[in-house]
Amino acid sequence: MQETHASQVRPPFYRDERVLGIFSQFLVVFVVVGLGLFFYSNMITGLREKHSVAISFSFLGQAAGFDIGESLIEYSRERTYLRAFVVGLLNTFQVAFLGIIFATALGIVIGVMRLSTNFLVSRIAAIYIDIFRNIPLLVLLIFWAQAVFLKMPRVAEAIVLPGPIFLSNRGIAIPWGIPTESWGTFLIVLGAGVVLGAAVAWFLREQGKRTGRMPLITLWFLVTVAAVGLVGWIVLPQPMTLDQPFLEGFNTQGGKVLSQQFMALLSGLIIYTAAFIAEVVRAGIQSVSKGQREAATSLGLNPAQTLRLIIFPQALRVIIPPLTSQYLNLTKNSSLAIAIGYPDLFAVAGNTILNQTGREIEMFTMIMGTYLSLSLLTSLLMNIYNRRIRLVER
Amino acid sequence: MTTVAGTPSDRSVLPITERYTVLGWVRRNLFSDLFNSLLTLVALAFIVFIARLLLRWAFFTAEWGVIPANFNLIMRGQYPATEAWRLWLVIHLLGGVVGITWRLISGQFSGAARILIAIPFVLMLIPFFSMGTRLNLLIAAAAAGAGFYIAGHMPIQRRGRAAAYLLLAYLVVMLILLRGIGAEEGPMPPVQPILWGGLLLSLLLAFFGITLSFPLGVLLALGRQSKLPAIRVISVIYIEFIRGVPLISLLFMGQVMLQLFLPDGFPLVDRVLRALVAITLFSAAYTAENVRGGLQSISRGQYEAAQALGLSTYQSTMHIILPQALRAVIPVLVGQFISLFKDTTLVALVGIFDLLGIARTILANPDWLGTQQEVYAIIAVLFWIFSYSMSYASRRIEQRLGVGER
Amino acid sequence: MKSMRKLNKAGMILSMVIGMIIAACMSPAAGPEVVESDEAAAPAMQEVQSTLSIVQERGKLVCIGNAQLPGFGFLDSEGNFSGFDVDYCRAIAAAIFGDANALEVRPATAKERFTILSSGEGDVIIRNTTWTMSRDTDLGMNFGPTTFYDGQGLMVRKESGVATLQDLQGASVCVVTGTTTELNLADQFAAAGVDYEAVVFEDFDQSFNAYDEGRCDAVTTDKSSLVSRQTTLTVPGDHVIINVTLSKEPLGPAVRHGDDQWFDIVNWVVYSTMLAEEHGITSQNVDSYMDSNDPNIRKLLGLEGDFCAKIGLSNAGCFVDVIKQLGNYAEIYDRNLGPDTVFDLPRGLNSLYTDGGILYAPPIR
Repeated sequence: MQETHASQVRPPFYRDERVLGIFSQFLVVFVVVGLGLFFYSNMITGLREKHSVAISFSFLGQAAGFDIGESLIEYSRERTYLRAFVVGLLNTFQVAFLGIIFATALGIVIGVMRLSTNFLVSRIAAIYIDIFRNIPLLVLLIFWAQAVFLKMPRVAEAIVLPGPIFLSNRGIAIPWGIPTESWGTFLIVLGAGVVLGAAVAWFLREQGKRTGRMPLITLWFLVTVAAVGLVGWIVLPQPMTLDQPFLEGFNTQGGKVLSQQFMALLSGLIIYTAAFIAEVVRAGIQSVSKGQREAATSLGLNPAQTLRLIIFPQALRVIIPPLTSQYLNLTKNSSLAIAIGYPDLFAVAGNTILNQTGREIEMFTMIMGTYLSLSLLTSLLMNIYNRRIRLVER
Repeated sequence: MTTVAGTPSDRSVLPITERYTVLGWVRRNLFSDLFNSLLTLVALAFIVFIARLLLRWAFFTAEWGVIPANFNLIMRGQYPATEAWRLWLVIHLLGGVVGITWRLISGQFSGAARILIAIPFVLMLIPFFSMGTRLNLLIAAAAAGAGFYIAGHMPIQRRGRAAAYLLLAYLVVMLILLRGIGAEEGPMPPVQPILWGGLLLSLLLAFFGITLSFPLGVLLALGRQSKLPAIRVISVIYIEFIRGVPLISLLFMGQVMLQLFLPDGFPLVDRVLRALVAITLFSAAYTAENVRGGLQSISRGQYEAAQALGLSTYQSTMHIILPQALRAVIPVLVGQFISLFKDTTLVALVGIFDLLGIARTILANPDWLGTQQEVYAIIAVLFWIFSYSMSYASRRIEQRLGVGER
Repeated sequence: MKSMRKLNKAGMILSMVIGMIIAACMSPAAGPEVVESDEAAAPAMQEVQSTLSIVQERGKLVCIGNAQLPGFGFLDSEGNFSGFDVDYCRAIAAAIFGDANALEVRPATAKERFTILSSGEGDVIIRNTTWTMSRDTDLGMNFGPTTFYDGQGLMVRKESGVATLQDLQGASVCVVTGTTTELNLADQFAAAGVDYEAVVFEDFDQSFNAYDEGRCDAVTTDKSSLVSRQTTLTVPGDHVIINVTLSKEPLGPAVRHGDDQWFDIVNWVVYSTMLAEEHGITSQNVDSYMDSNDPNIRKLLGLEGDFCAKIGLSNAGCFVDVIKQLGNYAEIYDRNLGPDTVFDLPRGLNSLYTDGGILYAPPIR
């Protein structure tokens, strides 16, 4: 194409697409780099002249001086700013991880409900989706924190569910296991169980390939692991003791407390994201052509089997990419925790630490770097997974 | 196990009598078998439970006095009451512009037009509105009707283009009206954007966020698909960076750090504008990804055909590729715009009094402490109305254009 | 070629729109215009326009304030800022322009207020700001006279029987982040060896709402705010402020380092309200003092000595304008926090030194 073009009359250079291309690239690079340098030099001189400070991360080693309400690792006011940062990061991980799991579950349920033949069920799902997709998450979170969780009974009048589980406006206290010395051994036994389960799964799979009847491989895998785990639990001297919460003094003691802020953030994120996931799931299921379902029915599969063996595996290919971006959104949205007082990464680093140290450039570099790597990592993993199911399918 | 529904066309195989009787419908959709009947009962119980909870709260528990008392704040924030006539003028003009545009583009007084013209009349029914407010709403409705009528009697040749120019002119007039012009003591004293607040600000932020981020997003999408490596790399880096960080971090940076990046003595940028820039830059990256999806859906043949016709890259992009690509992604783009609208609430966290920010100041007023449920419920409903109408309108457009049909 | 022209047109229109928006949003005179100096010349002698001339050119004062503290700074239903701190903003505006309304309150969160002041976006912070040494030095602030002597306290429920810090073992405490309050809380509880759960909120409203609902056993902030907020709890009588002071909190206006004239203006406007109270001059009776023979009063009212010129104000009756429009310290206090308000906050330390307080303004002479 290019050659034939050139062999005829060459256009003047200002209309030659190649020349124009190179020129415009130079121009764009020049502008972008120039702007970058301009901002950077302003920042450096500004910092030096106005605040007489240089960019440095050494403050991270200093004692933080403030307390953080909830932490997955040991933390106190004598610990460093870096430690506080990590506390926030882990809190973000925690809420994002649980949020993704529950939002997926709820989203799938609502997505399937949306396609139900039962008019009422399908309407309920549709209304759910229409309501929560059209309310800003921030409004939802604040409403959830202030108008729902704070309106629960006081801790002294906490609702006690069997377990015991204490429900109050401080959060939810649940029994929690405390590992004993034999916990390590138990984990090893459990690991062995997983290996055994994998072997069983592989065997069943091979057998299935031969006979053409695929058993429920995942189920058998889980049964094997559970059986081995159960044996280990019985044989070993109590690998874990149960720590039950009880009411004493101002608060519940013992067990695991999921604070009101955490619960509000988590449920807000779940409810909001589930509405989007439901739509993703619905679109995915609908993308499987009607012929597939009819073919499955004519082969004698029942509706449940059709859904599990025919519809879902095919729908998954359509579902995975938008689902990934929903997961990423959920993780980034967890930064709205700042509005309801949950100490996530952004609240601790972008609010409290930044405030106490005044290190804007450093803190924002760290915060944005963290979110960025988190999101790049997730898309990488999801891309790999996506490619894998594509290969299996084709 | 509930079965996954087929398409509505399923019912066409039923005998006519079953298709159209209420009882037949109920039996088929609610009580077709035991499981389905159980589901129906559970669903009914759920609906009754929720409805009772909501109605009880709305009619007995909630104290709605806070809303009328702070209605002006919710609508326009700190925009001076003496200048409120300018906002009404903006709304009247909006009525006129909508009327004219509707005639120019659609040409007929269809169902959707009836809904639009009904809006001011429905609003007039709100009990605590003053007579002046009602009159103003009436004027807006009249302006819409007049615009529709007049535009029908004008010999306008290129209707689409005329509508575009009209909208552009409206934009300019609106900005002048809002911002004011001339001296402090003049007829239209300037009103700093920081005083624009409430619903007014939320809508403006969303509107300008959308109009500014859309072209930027399209450019970025084209840049990412470009054959020129430098432009592609820069676009990819920009898109992936912005999509990787939360909007709130960009907003905070804009408020706290922008001044650091600018030279000494550079005039201060208004805080609302800073927030708008952050929202625009953020949204553009997402728009770019959506548009890219559309670009990728265009078959190679289209490019090759355009080339064979001797169109330059620029011409084929503008006339062949983009129109098709954009048409294919209208639903996704509208979804993106809705989320932009919802994301404007985040400016409340950097101390700007948008709808949510105003809600928070109302709750800090000693007279209205403890009315969180009422205030936030109203805010949520307001947001819901706007974003739901957007998604409803987009669905209608989709149906008309036949986008997304399989 | 035709499409090229179309593009140009589209580009022009687009840039016009963008230009309009930028023009609409730029505040023409909101910031200090720094006169560029020659790099080679002594950098220390940078010619910076004085804050006063910037304010005068702009035609109004930009005061960095609070929008969330009832009694001190909040938005009323008409959308106007009011409160004790806001009245002092108005007082400064009155002294400079003779018009208390030549004012824009720029609401700021606790954390951004200093950045905003140093970037020149505002002229003075009057936002329940505690005078501390590190703020005075590290942050480059100058603190004016304390308008309100405060201390950090703790409010608890009466029924809990808490009287000392030790009684709060294992309790949840609500606190607002971005303040010295947060650090004091951690320091004092650690010093007392008391374990507690810090429930950190971003703003006051949430913090007190959470306490009221029973999310926390105690709430901590400045005692004045505790009092003002107590009246707005569901049952105010159920709560008590315990007799523990976690820290000293002198609250007052703050300005940027390096503009002494501006600092003087802020100082003397505040002092003038205290002096007016000392001499019994109020907004109602100020006119009757215009023929006073007391030299102290004559100087305060600009009848003698031209003291307003000494702080750079051409308006000889600068303090008269303050007193007429805002009143003396007692009037400002009573209007916002006194017995007729919901807060009914006793003057305490904030009485004149003659009434057992520590308000002691230097004389004008």
